[in-house]
Amino acid sequence: MNEQDKIITEVVESDYKYGFTTDIETETAPAGLNEDTIRFISAKKNEPEWMLEWRLKAFDAWKKMTEPEWAHIHYKKVDYQSISYYAAPRSTPKYKSLDEVDPELLATFNKLGISIEEQKTLTGVAVDVVMDSVSVKTTFRKKLAELGIIFCSISEALHEYPELVKKYIGSVVPVKDNFFSALNSAVFSDGSFVYIPKGVRCPMELSTYFRINAINTGQFERTLIIADESSYVSYLEGCTAPMRDENQLHAAVVELVALDHAEIKYSTVQNWYPGDKEGHGGIYNFVTKRGICKGVNSKISWTQVETGSAITWKYPSVILKGDNSIGEFYSVALTNNYQQADTGTKMIHLGNNTRSTIISKGISAGKSNNSYRGLVKIAKEARNARNFSQCDSLLIGDQCGAHTFPYIETANESAMVEHEATTSKIAEDQIFYCNQRGISTEKAVGLIVNGYCREVFNKLPMEFAVEAQKLLSISLEGSVG
Amino acid sequence: MLTITNLHANIEGKEILKGINLSVKPGEVHAIMGPNGSGKSTLSSVLAGREEYEVTNGEVMFNGKNLLELAPEERAGEGLFLAFQYPVEIPGVSMTNFMRTAVNEVREYRGLPALEAKDFLALSKEKEALVELDKKLTKRSVNEGFSGGEKKRNEIYQMAMLQPTLSILDETDSGLDIDALRIVADGVNKLKNADNAFIVITHYQRLLDYIVPDFVHVLWDGRIVKTGGKELALELEERGYDHIKEETGLLQ
Repeated sequence: MNEQDKIITEVVESDYKYGFTTDIETETAPAGLNEDTIRFISAKKNEPEWMLEWRLKAFDAWKKMTEPEWAHIHYKKVDYQSISYYAAPRSTPKYKSLDEVDPELLATFNKLGISIEEQKTLTGVAVDVVMDSVSVKTTFRKKLAELGIIFCSISEALHEYPELVKKYIGSVVPVKDNFFSALNSAVFSDGSFVYIPKGVRCPMELSTYFRINAINTGQFERTLIIADESSYVSYLEGCTAPMRDENQLHAAVVELVALDHAEIKYSTVQNWYPGDKEGHGGIYNFVTKRGICKGVNSKISWTQVETGSAITWKYPSVILKGDNSIGEFYSVALTNNYQQADTGTKMIHLGNNTRSTIISKGISAGKSNNSYRGLVKIAKEARNARNFSQCDSLLIGDQCGAHTFPYIETANESAMVEHEATTSKIAEDQIFYCNQRGISTEKAVGLIVNGYCREVFNKLPMEFAVEAQKLLSISLEGSVG
Repeated sequence: MLTITNLHANIEGKEILKGINLSVKPGEVHAIMGPNGSGKSTLSSVLAGREEYEVTNGEVMFNGKNLLELAPEERAGEGLFLAFQYPVEIPGVSMTNFMRTAVNEVREYRGLPALEAKDFLALSKEKEALVELDKKLTKRSVNEGFSGGEKKRNEIYQMAMLQPTLSILDETDSGLDIDALRIVADGVNKLKNADNAFIVITHYQRLLDYIVPDFVHVLWDGRIVKTGGKELALELEERGYDHIKEETGLLQ
């Protein structure tokens, strides 16, 4: 067996590190989806009437829609009537200190290496933890409140800042945008809400850890971030999920709004359970993420490191509406075993002098399939729009696939659009060079892959970059005989 | 330190090494010279453990261990270093990160604790100065965009960092101008001591003006056909390999 084959075998055989479950009593809605389910969710959350109506309209729309099939992914269709659409930890109190938090929950985070205490004291990151749909813990709220920053669960926001929510929810990702966004709009359980007032620079990274933790409960987060004029915020989203036998649906919607001169940086490290070595189980991750640079000189930057999920269907996009606005997309997507990823971005140029950058790094190992799909659209009225796209694919072994589907639509002659793409393999020479310096093949592969992704990691906040590198190493762990 | 006995090796079914015998003791410098295709690079590759070469016969003992049974990284841990003829580029991996990983892996193999960042940087600084390596290079990706001379100097820097007992320089002089050659040779001479040894593989005599060998071996058609002192290199330079062929042909 040559080294490359050994690596593949070992990668295929390495187990998912974070496969454990936490025993927290949950209150779960019965399986199935109908108007009553939606009324149940809305009532549970004690929502205002307009929200319920909004959900019901979305449900009506969803019923008339069909699941998209254009992506380069294959899976057994989800039975939407077999899923429970609501699960909440039984007690949903607002804790004053960590002592009051369920120790099981804390232990879970400790296993993941995400100690809240550590985060509080060392990194100054405010954490809004979403555990099975309901926020159980928010820190640093007070400090942020002094600056007028709102960082809370979207359920809370519905009660405390209904006008803001009403104004912006569904404004970037319309209810009928796609099958999954409609579903999410109907049944979303919880998520984060952020508002940065005019002229405020958020002094810390805002962070949310999501975690799916109840059997057969789809998670439908809804996140809404609004950066008012001349404000700045960096938001981190990270997640790992415990091992499950059955496929779990995850269909989130994230909406970002940047007004004049505002900047939003949204970083994701995603490590949902990818399924076992034979491709059983694992999360279906069908996510709609979109931001709008609504104001002039505004900027939205997506950075994602995707290592998990059985299936990833995800295209964080930017609508460049304001003149001189900037959209960026930096992505690392690693697939292994039987994982499938169809991910990329859309950059929609509407304003003048708008600029976008796309850097995508796909890594395929095992028998996985990794596709980049991107759209760069320059509208007729957008003068002097510019785009640069670079899509690189790295293949580990000879049983995986890498695909690139770039779409470019230009309706204005002044546009400048560049697209570069490469496909490469880790060379035996590189591995041998490392070996000769005393570095094992497993470490060498990690080193080379991390080097390959450096351009993207450089865009992540420091502590997140470290976590991302660890994740890649875990995914490639045990890759040597 | 190193004893090679009757070493035979193939690549893709073709026999390249046809019975090499060589013994290297601490403190010695051996030069291996020979025409193109004589098996010089194959010998260094087999010693370092490159996969595509198949050893069909013979034995290699290195510091009391059967070298051929060890993985390439274990050989490095045991103290074998190969300065590559064509150093490999690794995009996105900084020289510092690469070297720190290598140093700590080798230290772990040798049962030593990992170096703290501060100690590593101090060691690196010292060795950079030794081989006159531009500090900026350590911040760049491994060998990426390095000139020919910089790549070779970088090899000697890595040698200095890993402190091997046996270093094999595989045509380190190829593509070097005279200044770079001198710097590389100076580095080797500074690293030389009574406890380590060098095998210098070269096509030309000129490197041996700077790194003075104790023994010169002539490799031809997969065998060492002649061994002598440093004067043998000069003789080769003057009279060419054909002369040796004739001579050894006569001997056979």
